[in-house]
Amino acid sequence: MEMKEVYLDNSATTKVAKEAVDAMVHALTVAFGNPSSLHRKGMEAEKIVNKAREKLALFLGGKAREIYFTSGGTESNNLAIKGAAYARRRYGKHLITTSIEHPSVLEVFKQLEEEGFSVTYLGVDEKGHINLEELKQVIKPDTIIVSIMYVNNEVGSIQPIQDAAKIISQNKNTLFHVDAVQAFGKIPLIPNLSGVHLMSLSAHKIYGPKGVGALFVRERTKITPLFNGGGQEEGLRSGTENVPGIAGFSAAAELVFKNFGAWQAKMKELKDRLKTGILSEIPDTILNGPDDGAPHILNISFLGTKAEVLLHALESHGIYVSTGSACSSHKSAKSHVLAAMGKTAEEIESAIRFSLSPFLSIEDIDYTVEILKKEVNELRKYIRR
Amino acid sequence: MENIYLLSFGEIGLKGENRPFFERILIKRIKQALEGFEGLDVKKTHGRIYVRVAGPQDEVIERLRKVFGIVGISPAKSCDLDIESIKSAALEAVKEVDYKGKTFKVESRRTNKSFPIKSPDISCMVGAHILKNLKGLKVDVHNPDIEVNVEVREKGFVYCKRIPGPGGLPVGSNGKALLLLSGGIDSPVAGYMVMKRGVAIEAVYFHSFPFTSDRAKEKVIELCRVLAGYCSKIRLHVVNFTDVLKELGEKGPNELLTILMRRMMVRISQEIATKIGAKALITGESIGQVASQTMEALVATNEVARLPVFRPLIGFDKVEIIDLAKKIGTYGISIEPYADCCSIFVPEHPKTRPKLDDVHKAEERFDIKGFIEKSLDNIELIEVTESY
Repeated sequence: MEMKEVYLDNSATTKVAKEAVDAMVHALTVAFGNPSSLHRKGMEAEKIVNKAREKLALFLGGKAREIYFTSGGTESNNLAIKGAAYARRRYGKHLITTSIEHPSVLEVFKQLEEEGFSVTYLGVDEKGHINLEELKQVIKPDTIIVSIMYVNNEVGSIQPIQDAAKIISQNKNTLFHVDAVQAFGKIPLIPNLSGVHLMSLSAHKIYGPKGVGALFVRERTKITPLFNGGGQEEGLRSGTENVPGIAGFSAAAELVFKNFGAWQAKMKELKDRLKTGILSEIPDTILNGPDDGAPHILNISFLGTKAEVLLHALESHGIYVSTGSACSSHKSAKSHVLAAMGKTAEEIESAIRFSLSPFLSIEDIDYTVEILKKEVNELRKYIRR
Repeated sequence: MENIYLLSFGEIGLKGENRPFFERILIKRIKQALEGFEGLDVKKTHGRIYVRVAGPQDEVIERLRKVFGIVGISPAKSCDLDIESIKSAALEAVKEVDYKGKTFKVESRRTNKSFPIKSPDISCMVGAHILKNLKGLKVDVHNPDIEVNVEVREKGFVYCKRIPGPGGLPVGSNGKALLLLSGGIDSPVAGYMVMKRGVAIEAVYFHSFPFTSDRAKEKVIELCRVLAGYCSKIRLHVVNFTDVLKELGEKGPNELLTILMRRMMVRISQEIATKIGAKALITGESIGQVASQTMEALVATNEVARLPVFRPLIGFDKVEIIDLAKKIGTYGISIEPYADCCSIFVPEHPKTRPKLDDVHKAEERFDIKGFIEKSLDNIELIEVTESY
């Protein structure tokens, strides 16, 4: 008998939609040309890329020429932050970000610190939200970049991007970068990206392929490229375009935006059911993050268990989740997000992240709660001492 | 002229009447190690093994360096038995090493006395030929950078390099033992050391999903792949240990848990060993390294062993073990962070000096025989080769 499979790790990556696969196969086998080639085969490929650019711009609320394709979220974040820091260093050396960013943001800031920039890390409250008052206090005339994630990948907290943009736009030298990898296609973004200069996107979190993403760069915003080469993407991102990836990204985005309202509502319903099921039926469980938050991310600590063991126990029932920490004794294996929210060691070590997709059913959720009840109870026998 | 490899073997040359037995196994091992290369031909004469094989020299040497029993490897030229052929073979051999600005001497050995020229004269003539044809070389008979060796046997052989082999005895010449492999740094090294003495090994790994992840099991398989490079194949017995671990964890006294676990592992391992014809167990224990490896803990673990338990690392410091692991090629795999979550069972304050009476008393509440039987019914056998 085939084991039931409940994939609850959609913030790690998603299953590629058939629409995206079809678009990719076409780009791989029919329109396989190099967009830079002068002949018809090249034009065919170039058209795919340009169409994709237009579609993404439409969904995002920007212009086609503001979309630059990259190899994914990590590259987009690197390009945005390093590119902006290097291009604007003559205006100042102060940077601001938050303490709960993705490593592809935090590590970039760490490197910039080593290169002589100074970085202020905004704290978060116990629900994972930044404090706008703190932002107001630390922003200075020589602040050149503020980088804030839209939706946190571990706990699903949504940052007040619109209000932050208002504060930041009072400083004419400050660029605002938003890592929207977990937000795009999952929650409504601020209209016309008003006040945002740079925004990172990824395809594989929205049912597109891995290895492709995009960076929104507002018109007339100058940033320094990371790669030198053939001058593709207006010279901002040299390298032959990943046409199949871009085709898949665009097809996936189209699917998501066609179903946006329905899918958002569906995920919210599933998340609420999962949350209520766990918190009411399993004792000693704690919600990490906001009560509402993004509709697809739920983080809960199962006190008296170890997250990694619970993860493997769930895996044996076909349920796939992720953890806030690994069993490893290394300190770096513990979630910096949960730590920044002031969670205790026991809460962090037992935290499980469930991330949903609209392709799950109510039965899947109920099955998950049932299995969790059983496995948590079993594991507590050995671990709680 | 032909490229060949001259192999020397040290210790097994001393084995008197058993010598043909060791040599036969060594030749078999060499053939296994070079399997897949074209034109393989392995021959032995007095004190030497000749290998003819096509294939890149680096790769051939790399593989031969993992065959226990080989002491030296010399890539050599073989040629017809006349002085002109020997001279040109010697010239070719020197051209293959970095000779510019170096000193050399020629050392000849004439075991084939039907060859008309005597050793010192061969050396002179070959040396003169090299000097005449290559610039930038000087003779130094006392302290040469390059020693050009000429051997006159049924054919002529010339070589300038001698790469050290791993030494030891050919695997399979000294019976079989079962290695308790954990995925950590120590146990693969222990397996290597016993294999080096000619012992064939199989391995046992105790898998405790979900307390150890499948990645931890993959890691153990990877370690077996590296070890298989030294012996062609490792049979890995994966014991499903979860139920035993759970019951020990639930009912056992916390501070003795590790000892109880290890005693169960030894008991189960020796049942497997008996089944597969292994005459001993091998562990990576080193005195005092962790709480379960104090003298008292080792005594408690050893008490249940009816087979000899080989502990080749017993007197090694951690740094020494790490150096060896790096040399063997297991270190990088061992330190991958898929730590086993068994550590959740590890008590905060384990007994470092367990008393046997306490251990016996703690074990009274368990059906030890049942544990063993259940575990033996639940074994996955994986045959791991280097290319697994």
